[in-house]
Amino acid sequence: MFFSSLLNAAPGAIAQGMLWGIMAIGVYITYRILDVADLTVDGSLATGGAVCIMLMRAGCNPWLALLCAFLVGMLAGMVTGLLHTRCGIPAILAGILTQLALYSVNLRIMGSKSNQPISVDKYNLVVSQRFVKELSLRNPLIPAIVTLAVLIGILYWFFGTEYGSGLRATGANRRMASAQGIDTRVTVTVGLMLSNGLVALSGALLAQYQGAVDVNMGRGAIVIGLAAVIIGEVLLGKVFRNFALKLCAVVIGAVIYYMVLQIVLQLGLNTNDLKLFTAAIVALFLSIPCWKDSVRTKKGGVRNA
Amino acid sequence: MLEIKNVSKTFNPGTVNAKTALNGLNLTLNDGDFVTVIGGNGAGKSTMLNAVAGTIQVDTGSIVLDGRDITRLPEFKRAAYLGRVFQDPMMGTAATMQIEENLALADRRGQRRTLKKGITAADREHYIEQLKILDLGLENRMTAKVGLLSGGQRQALTLLMATLQKPELLLLDEHTAALDPKTAAKVLEATQRIVEKNNLTTMMITHNMRDAITYGNRLIMMYDGHVAVDVSGEEKKHLTVEQLLELFSKASGSDEADDKLLLS
Repeated sequence: MFFSSLLNAAPGAIAQGMLWGIMAIGVYITYRILDVADLTVDGSLATGGAVCIMLMRAGCNPWLALLCAFLVGMLAGMVTGLLHTRCGIPAILAGILTQLALYSVNLRIMGSKSNQPISVDKYNLVVSQRFVKELSLRNPLIPAIVTLAVLIGILYWFFGTEYGSGLRATGANRRMASAQGIDTRVTVTVGLMLSNGLVALSGALLAQYQGAVDVNMGRGAIVIGLAAVIIGEVLLGKVFRNFALKLCAVVIGAVIYYMVLQIVLQLGLNTNDLKLFTAAIVALFLSIPCWKDSVRTKKGGVRNA
Repeated sequence: MLEIKNVSKTFNPGTVNAKTALNGLNLTLNDGDFVTVIGGNGAGKSTMLNAVAGTIQVDTGSIVLDGRDITRLPEFKRAAYLGRVFQDPMMGTAATMQIEENLALADRRGQRRTLKKGITAADREHYIEQLKILDLGLENRMTAKVGLLSGGQRQALTLLMATLQKPELLLLDEHTAALDPKTAAKVLEATQRIVEKNNLTTMMITHNMRDAITYGNRLIMMYDGHVAVDVSGEEKKHLTVEQLLELFSKASGSDEADDKLLLS
């Protein structure tokens, strides 16, 4: 009984994990590459959903709507970037400010409604929950995999270019980047734009998948993104060294996160406790390096030897 | 040629913590000058270097490099003309990136960074040749993460990065102070070799008086935010540590100066 219902829920969990994986790649870019904790994403995820759904309801082509969502997400990232680099506001606070502002912006985009549906019967959706167990080309797993492959390919290329390397250097050592003639104010902003573009794209696909955009759909998104990044690193970090594979690990992390979520829900976890559970998981994984360190020290090992 | 004209800088002005780090500083470096800079703590050595590099903005005065007024230019733009090695070996390289990636970043200093490939095959060959100059075996570890290198290796790599694109001015801020004596000597040797080979105009801060005398063609001693002693040519070649201390006492008008300089 337990396993059959779990098996029943697996395709949905995988599809959702993959779509969230796009968002997690965005978080990876800021958190890991740029070394900035960006909280804009909680707002820009819903922004992406809102832009995409409202455009489609107005008759826009679904792929064009996705592109627009990506671009508006970049705009949100730019606001955070400018607040941080030009106004000297700490990155975390800059992200929180943009996120808060986006709540109002999202409601505006959604015509002052907190929820806007999009019916799979009336619109030509790129991904939809309805076909997740179907063995056909309509299955959302197919566009999800294709989109991820294309995105990872583009990012792999970009971060290998002169400009992309400059962006990585900015995250690795900002002073060094400056000394090498890189305007870190620009690279940080570009990184935030790229990240939030991906997050908005993920939000757009998720809204299509669910058949609706909700103004609260991004709440806690950053934690889910971090969970994906960290699960991917802990489980696959030793094996996946290549950059493209590291991005794959992030996506796999997101899929695993949704699988685990399915399991605990099947085991009877109250849906209301979900966010508490997620936060606890992320806190646990984030503390592992620190604990490992202190255990090693207690055993008599020498630190920084 | 570098001209520092009447430059002043006060940190935390108008507070109890106000500290005048540069006080009407004047200094001119001729092309090919290798100047060693000494002076006690708080004499303004690092502030001078940071002012030239653009890490800090000066209050008054001007800094002119090869006829270009760079006084108000932001740090990342000045980087096109300057090579820098910091005191902290962690500061000059990106630890999570590979040796060749670090070199490629430095190789594009002062150029527009485009969407072309970050490292080409020709780049790689060039970097291998350059790394051989350091004689540390790094040419066989091109894809190793820089974080795996020792402090001395990182400092040597930073030095190479600073000079890969010939800078108009090389700034060395006590770049061997954090290294053990043996490694420090090696890095200093490499410095000498690279500076001579490229005929670089160089400013090197050091706390080691003997190094200050051994290296370079000119020596300046800073005191209270300005240049107190400036010797070059034959006079510098035959200088001893004792003479140097004497010169400094005279310039600063105090006997305590000896201890302050020696102990710092």
